[in-house]
Amino acid sequence: MHDLSAPAVHHGAPTGFIRKHVFSTDHKVIGKQYYALALVAVFVGMVLSWIMRIHLGWGSYAIPGLHFLSKAGAPGDVMTPEYYLQLMTMHGTIMVFFVLTTAPFAAFGNFFLPIQVGAEDMPFPHFNMMSFWVAFVAFVVLIASFFAPDGPTLGGWTQYAPLSAVGAVAGPGQGLGVVLWAASIGIFCISQLLGSLNFITTTLDMRCKGMSLLRLPLSAWAWFITSIMALTAFAVLMPACILLILDHVAGTSFFVSSNEVINGQLLPHSGGSTLLWQHLFWFFGHPEVYIAIIPGMGIVSHVLITNMRRPLLSHRVMIYAMGALAVLSYMVYGHHMFVSGMNPFSSLAFSFPTLIITIPATVVVLIWLGSLYGSKLRINSASLFALGFISMFISGGVSGFFLAQPSIDIMLHATYFVVGHFHLVMAVAAMFGIFAGTYFWFPKMTGRMMNDTLGKLHFWLTFVGAYCIFMPFHYLGIAGNVRRYQAFTDDYLIPLIPVHKFITVAAVTTGLVQFIFLYNLIHSRFWGAPAPDNPWEGTSLEWSTATPPPHNNFGDKMPVVYHDPYEYNVEGASADYIMQTSPEQLTNPHDEK
Amino acid sequence: MATTVHEPPKIEPGSLPSHGSGNGGWRNLVPADGDLRQVRNSSPPPASTGIWVGLAAITMTFAAFTSALIVRQGGAPDWQHITLPPVLYLNTLVIIASSVTLEISRRRIAAFMGGLRDASQKASPARWLYITLFLGLLFVAGQTLAWLQLTSQGIKLSTNINYSFFYVLTVAHALHVFGGLGGLARVIVKLKKAALKRSTLDATSRYWHFMGALWVYLLLLLWIKL
Repeated sequence: MHDLSAPAVHHGAPTGFIRKHVFSTDHKVIGKQYYALALVAVFVGMVLSWIMRIHLGWGSYAIPGLHFLSKAGAPGDVMTPEYYLQLMTMHGTIMVFFVLTTAPFAAFGNFFLPIQVGAEDMPFPHFNMMSFWVAFVAFVVLIASFFAPDGPTLGGWTQYAPLSAVGAVAGPGQGLGVVLWAASIGIFCISQLLGSLNFITTTLDMRCKGMSLLRLPLSAWAWFITSIMALTAFAVLMPACILLILDHVAGTSFFVSSNEVINGQLLPHSGGSTLLWQHLFWFFGHPEVYIAIIPGMGIVSHVLITNMRRPLLSHRVMIYAMGALAVLSYMVYGHHMFVSGMNPFSSLAFSFPTLIITIPATVVVLIWLGSLYGSKLRINSASLFALGFISMFISGGVSGFFLAQPSIDIMLHATYFVVGHFHLVMAVAAMFGIFAGTYFWFPKMTGRMMNDTLGKLHFWLTFVGAYCIFMPFHYLGIAGNVRRYQAFTDDYLIPLIPVHKFITVAAVTTGLVQFIFLYNLIHSRFWGAPAPDNPWEGTSLEWSTATPPPHNNFGDKMPVVYHDPYEYNVEGASADYIMQTSPEQLTNPHDEK
Repeated sequence: MATTVHEPPKIEPGSLPSHGSGNGGWRNLVPADGDLRQVRNSSPPPASTGIWVGLAAITMTFAAFTSALIVRQGGAPDWQHITLPPVLYLNTLVIIASSVTLEISRRRIAAFMGGLRDASQKASPARWLYITLFLGLLFVAGQTLAWLQLTSQGIKLSTNINYSFFYVLTVAHALHVFGGLGGLARVIVKLKKAALKRSTLDATSRYWHFMGALWVYLLLLLWIKL
């Protein structure tokens, strides 16, 4: 009847354009598709941030062509207060879901996880294909809300109830806009669940001969840990989105309490819990922060080790620390709700693990710094962005100590201090991780090298630019500048307007700098120098195969792994680095067992 | 920038994996120092791990619904006891029976695959699968009847929060049952084509049993809380 050991994955290389490039089941193509989606999304998100920043610096300035986006939202090309909030909501949603989740996790993870574990493909390639296209549909649904009659939702990426659950009475975009938002995010959840299913199973079941769990590179470990988080977190957000949609379209009262009067109108809902939404959302939301950053930690470790020519101080502790971050991230979510009106004792219960989670985060940073100390780091675009990641992660992380304490958070909550904190520690750091991964793996993904000089220029301008944008946010927050204000008319805010103008100039400039990257990306893709199979003299499996990898990753012969992932500068070895596939016997390996 | 081209990997002759599904299965933590003798040559089929991963996600989803119900109930002034449609209890028996028939079927097919077919079993091993599929459809029909009974009484999703949760939980479960029915249909088709993998059969039956257990849990939750 059936041979139990028959291959799980054996789809031949497709020949038609559609199956090869569009509806492909090849994890490498899907990884590139996710990368392309993130690239489009980050461009949209960045332009939205430009429009908002210009408005914050020069409120009365007409931004040419803005009325094409929305006649009602930007009459005479000057945006209304509501439209500012709508763009802000879309900026946050697009960046968090379609850039910070898709690029470091879904894009690089799809392309490199199966190769790094030594597999031909993911175990469920059709689910993998669905994962991307479902994410694509989610993006289209979200973008469609720009064209809804009163535009996209203005509720912020957190969509706090009750205003997100009561419909158009709460303002422009709070009717159809919220429904499209919740539908988009619910669909995106399905996409990430399908992806995580593949990532977890790939790591557990598809490893090649000799590839024990501890022999996985740190990038593979990071994607594995992230996929477990994504599986459990998105599985909770999806029902939350369903309940939110039902409050809109079916008139249920999950999130809207009794006798709610909004804009002078008594609502028919009764008994709902506004805190319920926050609990469900942040149970997803805080792990999501780590879903965005842990892949970056893995990528940065991988890049740094290759360029330091030595392993980290401890491979094993790095894995444990990333695992601890993942576990603790579920226990701290309530720190987003210190001022929500929940029981003050709950704040204490959430504050404690929030302070505890800084321990594994600090361990991660100390391992990087300790490993870097005294190393002869090869300076290239990838290693620079990896260093930049560490810098941003520390700078953004330090402000987290302050926010973790309810007594201080009461003052700083909903100010620009928080905006500065999470942009540095999560958004910019994760972006630096994406850039590090791009410069590092581009040769393997495309078969061509990127221009290193342009890459270094891109790094320095982005590094300085990011600090110019986000450091002043902390100052603004301490000065009491509340976030989500679209104009600064109060006496105490007026002196802060020059700071906002400075930030705007920095933001637009840093945004323009990204076109150097875009040019480098596109130009190198077609006209870059041909890449050798192992340009960085790396040891892990992606450098053992051809560039770019063949359809089944390793050609006719599946790899066999003999070594830990980072055998650099091993005493007595024949070369500076010993690849995982090298059968050379080492007398004195970097032993992690 | 270094441009050294590393030599292609050296593959140990004679020890090549027989297929591409990998050999470093999750229980396989052994190899060190290049000693590959203790490595098993086949990893567990991905479906057998994948199904547990999928069930974990479904568990999280229904845990979220459950916690939503408990939080929403706490201190709610509008929480009113409702009587569950009696047909639900009959449906519970149907879905439990379907698990029993599926298990009979799974064991017979497993024996059939292993060449241990009992000469006294003349019927096709698919027969019990058809019965399971029928019982599954009967369960969905029974659930639909419960919804129709309620709607005919004018009870909608928004009538009160208890009914909201009733509809949400039962419909969410029924949608997952549809997935199980699709899986069963796929197993039957593959069995007919003699292309059924043991791991597919096992994964489908685990999913179906989980749907049965989930329903019993939901019924208890609805009965106690609503």
